Amino acid sequence: MSVVVIAHQAPSAAERFRDATAVAFVALLLGIPMIGLTTVDQGGALQVATRWPVLFAFVVIVFVGRLLARYVIDAINVRQRARRKASGIVARKHGVISAWIGWGCFGLAILMPMVFPDNRYVIDTATTVLIYVMLGWGLNVVVGLAGLLDLGYVAFYAVGAYSYALLSTQFGWSFWQALPVAGGLAASFGIVLGWPTLRLRGDYLAIVTLGFGEIVRVILVNWTALSGGPNGIASIPRPSFFGLPFTPPGDVPTFASFFGLEFSPLHRIIFLYYLILTLAMFTNLFVSRLRKLPIGRAWEAMREDEIACKAMGMNVTNVKLSAFAIGAMLGGIAGVFFAARQGFISPESFTFNESAIILAIVVLGGMGSQLGVVLASLVLVLLPELGRDFAEYRMLLFGTAMILIMIWKPAGILSRREPTLRYSQPEAGSAGTRS
Amino acid sequence: MNPPEMLLHVENLTMRFGGLTAIDDLSLDVPAGCITAVIGPNGAGKTTFFNCLTGFYKPTTGRVCLNHPRRGTLQLETLESYQVASRAQVVRTFQNVRLFAKMTVLENLIVAQHMRLQAASCFSLAGLFGLPGYRRAEKQAIEIAVDRLKRLNLIDRADAVAGDLPYGMQRRIEIARALCVDPVLLCLDEPAAGLNPRESAELNELLQSLVRDEGLSILLIEHDMSVVMNVSDHICVLNYGRKIAEGSPEKIQNDPHVIKAYLGEEGDEALDEMMSAGVAP
Repeated sequence: MSVVVIAHQAPSAAERFRDATAVAFVALLLGIPMIGLTTVDQGGALQVATRWPVLFAFVVIVFVGRLLARYVIDAINVRQRARRKASGIVARKHGVISAWIGWGCFGLAILMPMVFPDNRYVIDTATTVLIYVMLGWGLNVVVGLAGLLDLGYVAFYAVGAYSYALLSTQFGWSFWQALPVAGGLAASFGIVLGWPTLRLRGDYLAIVTLGFGEIVRVILVNWTALSGGPNGIASIPRPSFFGLPFTPPGDVPTFASFFGLEFSPLHRIIFLYYLILTLAMFTNLFVSRLRKLPIGRAWEAMREDEIACKAMGMNVTNVKLSAFAIGAMLGGIAGVFFAARQGFISPESFTFNESAIILAIVVLGGMGSQLGVVLASLVLVLLPELGRDFAEYRMLLFGTAMILIMIWKPAGILSRREPTLRYSQPEAGSAGTRS
Repeated sequence: MNPPEMLLHVENLTMRFGGLTAIDDLSLDVPAGCITAVIGPNGAGKTTFFNCLTGFYKPTTGRVCLNHPRRGTLQLETLESYQVASRAQVVRTFQNVRLFAKMTVLENLIVAQHMRLQAASCFSLAGLFGLPGYRRAEKQAIEIAVDRLKRLNLIDRADAVAGDLPYGMQRRIEIARALCVDPVLLCLDEPAAGLNPRESAELNELLQSLVRDEGLSILLIEHDMSVVMNVSDHICVLNYGRKIAEGSPEKIQNDPHVIKAYLGEEGDEALDEMMSAGVAP
């Protein structure tokens, strides 16, 4: 049986045919028990029935589908190779296009609540997407830029969320007071995790961070006096609009009464949406700015070669800890927002599954790419939502999409790295045209 | 030339890995303002010596003193590897090129100036807000990098991704990057490995011009005798972690211990081969 290979040259028709036959054969093997045989209820007893025509149709669909898919994949590969051969001018153009897509997404994000002013479901889902975008941008510092594989990122998210929950319910702090404090707390947790793992890299670091994430969750479950244990913390105050609460009209001036609007619970939903949009855009600005500073270049250099960094006189300890601290701080801030939005948090929200999704967003988006994170969050959050109509096939759809992305874009949706600075050639014509 | 001042003074350096003695009681002086080569057969301990010098290994015993022109005497074996580069300004390259492969050539050279830029950016705050002090420092760093690239004939590749370039060019970039750290002593680990004859002739010229024009001191590990014999002012030969000979290139070429170490006992026949292969200048 021929193995599926990403061809270096467009394969001949015979090769394509062989490839599709092989795939159809696998489909046949899988299809016999799954489609070919079925159980039917006949007079109270289950009997096995066969569905050979359906199976035959399935195999034909797979065969034709594979032929078409192969054709599309090859066409894309050939185009990509041509693009790779092209010069730095194209790279610049690519950067411009990314920037336009980025601004386009931002514009759409701003207009979104105006397009769907009454659709609570859409705005809620968009808010969730933005939380993941922000978490993805935070984790991108650690994984994408600094190259430190962190499987326990959700721990910092939890630290942020619980910090706000405790500060607000126990001490009456407001959202805006708690935000920097919780961010700082999460950052110090990042350093706490960073210290013992300074010497670790790759798989070993991944295991330790995985353990750290679990430790935080287990503590939250068991330290009932502090965290409320599995019951979590309820009635966390919602953020107010510069001191104006989003409550039905009462004695104190509210958002609705102050602006002379009719009270609607949607106001708060829309406000939360714009709040996370602001926080996420702040994160984006912060991270893209850091990336172009010495510290950001140091992170990327450390990802490329830690030993060479040392030989350049770089204190790798500080570089690593700063990556952990800043990534954790951004995760913590996202956590504060999460707690304020939900009004109730429990350890259930901070399982390993969350870490895995955030990591998947960073990896699928293309390590280090800011716009990639946005696209990947859209895919990963919206797909399960859109898939609701398909009921039990929902996760199948999700998995298929992930596999397809990894086949077409093994390095992530946007894997091209933009240089942090350029030496602009004086004569623009000759820029990078030499091979 | 005046009697050279000693830049580096290595005293009774020993490095053991378990039962293996990689460097055995090595003492060596590296004069300032010239090229010193360390040669020896494979496994003689040359790279281990470099690693001890640059803080990547902590020597079992012995001292490595650097007479820094501005900072007095520094004990290199007490410093961390990054301090050897940042404080003592002893900068090394690697036997297998270690560039930041996905970054551009220019970025590689800017990263090498990290210490200066990071100080100018005041914990990134000045940089975050784009204060003029930081912008000036960044501009200056780019100027230094561009200047280096122009001198090493790499300027038209400034925006190319470093890992995509040919091997010989990557070697030159690594040297350019090391120069951006502003070294007092530049330690090159087999800079001519994998270079073709034309490229190694260019390397000879580059090394000599660095010493001549900038007063740099260079410590060199090399197997390529055409480089070693042509550029070195001073050669030290290691075998099994011990120094077996030291002196000028002419002296080393005629040293019976060296010939024995490289070619075994039947020296005469093999020596003729070595001569005819053009190893000697």
